[in-house]
Amino acid sequence: MTLDTVKHAAETPDAPQPWAELGLKQDEYERIRAILGRRPTGAELAMYSVMWSEHCSYKSSKVHLRQFGEKAPANDALLVGIGENAGVVDAGQGYAVTFKVESHNHPSYIEPYQGAATGVGGIVRDILAMGARPVAVMDPLRFGAADHPDTKRVLPGVVSGIGGYGNCLGLPNIGGEVVFDPCYQGNPLVNALCVGVMKHEDIHLAKASGAGNKVILYGARTGGDGIGGVSVLASETFDSTGPAKRPAVQVGDPFQEKLLIECTLEVFRENLVTGIQDLGGAGLSCATSELASAGSGGMRVELDTVPLRDASLSPEEILMSESQERMCAIVEPGKVDRFLEICEKWDVIATVIGEVTDGERLEIFWHGEQIVDVPPRTVAHEGPVYERPYARPEWQDALQADDAAKLPRPATGEELREQVLKVVASPNQASKSWITGQYDRFVQGNTVLAQPEDSGMVRIDEETGLGVAVATDGNGRYTKLDPYAGAQLALAESYRNVAATGARPLAISNCLNFGSPEDPGVMWQFAEATRGLADGCLALGTPVTGGNVSLYNQTGDTAIHPTPVVAVLGVIDDVNRRTPMAFAEEGQLLYLLGDTREELGGSAWSQVIHDHLGGLPPAVDLDREKLLGEILISASRDGMIDAAHDLSDGGLIQAVVESCLRGGNGARLVVPDGTDPFVFLFSESAGRAVVAVPRSEELRFTDMCGARGLPATRVGVVDGESVEVQGQFSLPLEELRAAYEATLPALFG
Amino acid sequence: MARVVVDVMLKPEILDPQGQAVQRALPRLGFEGIAGVRQGKRFELEVEGPVDDAALARVHEMAETFLANTVIEDFTVRVETDADTVATTGTESGVRS
Repeated sequence: MTLDTVKHAAETPDAPQPWAELGLKQDEYERIRAILGRRPTGAELAMYSVMWSEHCSYKSSKVHLRQFGEKAPANDALLVGIGENAGVVDAGQGYAVTFKVESHNHPSYIEPYQGAATGVGGIVRDILAMGARPVAVMDPLRFGAADHPDTKRVLPGVVSGIGGYGNCLGLPNIGGEVVFDPCYQGNPLVNALCVGVMKHEDIHLAKASGAGNKVILYGARTGGDGIGGVSVLASETFDSTGPAKRPAVQVGDPFQEKLLIECTLEVFRENLVTGIQDLGGAGLSCATSELASAGSGGMRVELDTVPLRDASLSPEEILMSESQERMCAIVEPGKVDRFLEICEKWDVIATVIGEVTDGERLEIFWHGEQIVDVPPRTVAHEGPVYERPYARPEWQDALQADDAAKLPRPATGEELREQVLKVVASPNQASKSWITGQYDRFVQGNTVLAQPEDSGMVRIDEETGLGVAVATDGNGRYTKLDPYAGAQLALAESYRNVAATGARPLAISNCLNFGSPEDPGVMWQFAEATRGLADGCLALGTPVTGGNVSLYNQTGDTAIHPTPVVAVLGVIDDVNRRTPMAFAEEGQLLYLLGDTREELGGSAWSQVIHDHLGGLPPAVDLDREKLLGEILISASRDGMIDAAHDLSDGGLIQAVVESCLRGGNGARLVVPDGTDPFVFLFSESAGRAVVAVPRSEELRFTDMCGARGLPATRVGVVDGESVEVQGQFSLPLEELRAAYEATLPALFG
Repeated sequence: MARVVVDVMLKPEILDPQGQAVQRALPRLGFEGIAGVRQGKRFELEVEGPVDDAALARVHEMAETFLANTVIEDFTVRVETDADTVATTGTESGVRS
């Protein structure tokens, strides 16, 4: 086949091109022709097709995501906002923290181990590209029904992929979530988060400036991995004709990534880098066009200099390849030798593949012939934008009218006891240690809190004890019932989780997992959820620093529950002041903070006992969340509480059982007068936490709550070897532990 | 008892980090002239009863569903004859297509 050069393209305007196969729509192809004033070459078409895919261009979500910027709260802590590889937050004492959560859903369904592993690798490189040393990872996961045969294929693969990659890198995995629901059967959600730390002066941005500066590709060789992964895989629905078109699965190599991390941090330290970008989805197409687009000039690349794993790859394939463990740096000519020397020391292949020019075009050559000549902004930042139609689904009213309050409730203490055991043992509420035990949680020696604690926490300065805490939350059931409220509840829970450990929430990242944007009902869910999240962030004063959108999570016509996952990052001045969740001291008093209303819509109880989803999710009160957060942080700082646990799915009883099992102590609970015991135990009202208060601090603590107007109700005491609800039932810790811990090993062990 | 051998290899386009690690180690140990290394797995199955078409079909099925991950790996199934046995245990290389 003859090389499709720019010249050749101009001479053969009518040559048929496979734009549809590459996932482009007719009008998009026409637009490319209009931009270039001719038909694109094969290489140009390849670049546009991957960069204009849903995954890279956010073409369906962009109009809604703008709110995160427009409604961003004023926040001095934000050093770098949305748009870069990851946002950066001021952690104090000269430290900056960067974090981001991303999806790797579709690859993880096809090849669970490698899909999940490369998800970790990708997010780690994003953090690295900001100039930060990655210090921890977390993985929010969603699978189909726990007892479905395919879950037995997907879950163990995903878990060992995350563990395999993260453990080899030497990064602690400090938290995340695992949720089971039949709606994720054909579309598991594998989200990956990474946190990195640097000094303020070390922040690096992705742009190519300064004519004459060299473009260096370093890391692994380029192979046929994941060609078209973003355009075909992440941007279309699976159908029965899928397998033939499926691209080669990307395989991760964590040891190569470890070298890449150390090598990159060393070139940063010696100040050898002008701009940098990791290679992820859309590979070199993305890195070159984004670097050039964000910089001041153009760029010229000699594509035949790219080191290949498979010499038969065509230029189009090289541009689209998603081979892992690669980075692209912009380096001043005088610093190139030193840069290459450092790469060689780390056994990392590095090649000068081009240079920054003073033109305005991205020009790519193949053995001296020009195959790409495009304005880089049209590829990277000025892709199509769709105002997709959206409409509230017809079934929404019926769903909300199907109130969980009418479900039969336990009538006796004995029935209540049985249902508590069932909820505690249900896959969603049960202990996740079978999973998190496969991750290295304490490597590097800075982890002070990890799963099952409310948030993961790592120390970032050994002398002062400065630390960061991160929690991720999302509740697809709530969001299905009311997308606006559901997104805010995810934010509120994550915020509460961070505050419960004593850290001050500063900023958020989000991973928005939804069905097909071509379905107006799904688009409505997306619009409502983003609006809710943006309004929520404004109310809580926590800006969105970045994140990721994953659409087309559906099988046939059935979309997953809308699942916005929210990661909140907080800072704690001294990790020694942290609040754990364990009820460790007998005799301490248990206080329930916040108001308990009868709120059962979307609850764990309604799912486990009645397999029911309907009604409205718990009411959202963000002012209350903020107040609760302030109380939890002050109480932690001043030593007024010894334990705290946020209340979410499963309600008060789930939280008390978890804290009791964690501390090895029982608790006696007293149902407050006038409260229905069932509602007291199982309601999922938001804005609540349970805390253990030493008797000597009781007065000080209740005075503080009273003065600031936060309801604090004494509901019991840490005591004995069982969880007892007075007048209702008593459950020995041993029985609870057996129920709580046996479920996952029985399913997957 | 007859032996059926299932060889499992990563598909050619799939990255093989283990093979690469071996390849990088070779020159360090003084073995020059190797341009590429791919590492695979070999299963030796001792089959009870005759190795007829039905038995081979069964082995094929177990290879496809369990021994190999066909998303990223290819496999071959063959019956090992006496001649092969000599070749694979001796010092000569057992060349097979």
